[in-house]
Amino acid sequence: MYKLFLRSLISVLFVLGFSLNANAEFKVGFVYVGPTGDHGWTYQHDEGRKAVEAAGIKTTYVESVPEGADAERVIRQLAQSGHDLIFTTSFGYMDPTNKVAKDFPNVKFEHATGYKREHSNVATYSARFYEGRTLLGHMAGKMTKTNTIGYIASFPIPEVIRGINAMTLAAQKVNPDIKTKIVWVFTWYDPGKESEAAQALIDQGADIIMQHTDSTAPVQVAEKAGVWSFGQASDMQRFAPKSILTSIIDDWAPYYVERSIAARDGTWKQQDTWHGLKEGMVAMAPYNSAMGDDLIKEVEQLQKDLASGKAHSFTGPIYDQKGNILVAEGAVADDGMLAGMNVYVKGVEGDIPQ
Amino acid sequence: MSFDLNFIGILIGAIMASSVPLILAASGELITERSGVLNLGVEGMMIIGAISGFALMIVTGNLFFAVIGSMLSGLIISLIFGLLTQSLLTNHVATGLALTIFGIGMSAMIGKNFVGIPGKEFPLLFVNLKESIPFLGPIFFGHSIILYFAFGLPFLTNYFLKKTKTGLIIRAVGDSPTSASNQGINVTLVRYSCILYGGAMCGLAGAYLSLIYTPQWIENMTGGRGWIALALVVFATWSPIKVLIGALIFGGITILQLHMQAVGLRIPVQLLSALPYIMTIIVLVVISRDSRKIKLNTPTSLGQIFYKEK
Repeated sequence: MYKLFLRSLISVLFVLGFSLNANAEFKVGFVYVGPTGDHGWTYQHDEGRKAVEAAGIKTTYVESVPEGADAERVIRQLAQSGHDLIFTTSFGYMDPTNKVAKDFPNVKFEHATGYKREHSNVATYSARFYEGRTLLGHMAGKMTKTNTIGYIASFPIPEVIRGINAMTLAAQKVNPDIKTKIVWVFTWYDPGKESEAAQALIDQGADIIMQHTDSTAPVQVAEKAGVWSFGQASDMQRFAPKSILTSIIDDWAPYYVERSIAARDGTWKQQDTWHGLKEGMVAMAPYNSAMGDDLIKEVEQLQKDLASGKAHSFTGPIYDQKGNILVAEGAVADDGMLAGMNVYVKGVEGDIPQ
Repeated sequence: MSFDLNFIGILIGAIMASSVPLILAASGELITERSGVLNLGVEGMMIIGAISGFALMIVTGNLFFAVIGSMLSGLIISLIFGLLTQSLLTNHVATGLALTIFGIGMSAMIGKNFVGIPGKEFPLLFVNLKESIPFLGPIFFGHSIILYFAFGLPFLTNYFLKKTKTGLIIRAVGDSPTSASNQGINVTLVRYSCILYGGAMCGLAGAYLSLIYTPQWIENMTGGRGWIALALVVFATWSPIKVLIGALIFGGITILQLHMQAVGLRIPVQLLSALPYIMTIIVLVVISRDSRKIKLNTPTSLGQIFYKEK
């Protein structure tokens, strides 16, 4: 409660500040779930915003906006204060974005990682992070000695479950004995809690730490404990130079620039964008030489195949935990199935929190 | 789950490390509250301590300066609270909330230049003993000096409040500032001192996070621990020893529930996540049932503004 209260107070003050200098100039607004200094998810979105600014378009942002009622207030304020295009960059902003969009038909909205486009002025976009997770799974399966992969998960939404599944499938392919242990922390960003989760997983025998949370704390714990880890959203290599094998990098800049220019020039259209390694929205940080040249070559080849479409992260046969078939042999999962993924594949331990 | 003795020792060591910021901040706030001042700015003072400690460590390269500096900055920021509530007689609750908001914003501003710099290793004591003695080694050794200080602090605080004259004066001021004032005690001075002490301890608690626990600067890195410390003080009914117990239970269950998840126990994860809060409250309420003792320990004038009659 206190967090909600404080953050709402801060956000309201912020937004009040913006609304005072509203004018007719074309402006793009960004709503972030974390602080721009998280060096993960929000940091990368802000890099994208800076690219828009560099392209000569005025931007503003509100950071650390909690998902929920406050989000709607912040989005509404941005719309009221003369922003023409608003990027809402977290899954939990999905309903607030659509709600505000209804009341502001002349403002364009872009919601990240969601699937609801209830009005013609709402577009959605996301990246195929799971392609990156496939590469991580391959490396993890090869590098683990204890056959245990520790996974710090945030919230049980399709995007996170998709990542867990993609990673596990790829790891199983190269190492059938692999086990994935998952700890849910129910936050996108709490360095203390994330590091405690990482430590718990290491104590339980994981020698690979993977995270779907936004701070750099888990990789630092891994570095200290001498186990392997992977960076999330941004290149986190300098926080754990020995431990990090690579990072999945989200590169939003080209998309943000393209859409902002389109909105300014009047060519903006509603669409659903889901780009991956091919388009460069998902990129990989340099691979750690500790993996050895052979493994690096393998991973680079797999990366190329995923980008070209020769390989797919979810190629059948895929079974769920009970052994029911999800994707038939030789087939690949379609985007609809990927977007709504809510079951674990075989080999993942535990239940999805409901 | 491996249940060998050494593993349990490591687990207990981890639990102790995670409860340090709560113990430090709550012990400081306890003294402040016993003098009748309710400072809700714990979170803000902690985050200021965290950034100042980290910034000083990067700038001077000296961990000693960093730790002292974090306490000083906590003290300085609590001085603002003191000036407002004691000299200008503003409302404690509103001022404390403002202090937290100010601290979070201010720390983010200072911290802009320190984002993304890895921290320096903080020296841990008796590391070889930790590894050579099974079970007891990881519990008692291989910690930072701040942890040992934190675990001694509740006992010192208890002794100080109960057995020393200064402690008695603080309690008198907290219970009845008017009577204390009539006895010739300078109520404002006592309260100022307690506020400053609380600020310094909160600063230290923040520095523990940014220098030792997760050695780096991350915005909002206190993650609400200041509020938990505040709640601990109340649920522990202003008793330093119960603060220590509460902090250990909270830290312990936080870490145990993560282990239970990693083991794959089939308990709903949401319940596990809520467990630290629920259990801490239940335990503290149960061990503090004695209403006579609550009355004895509760600073009666908590949060009330004191006007000295002239």
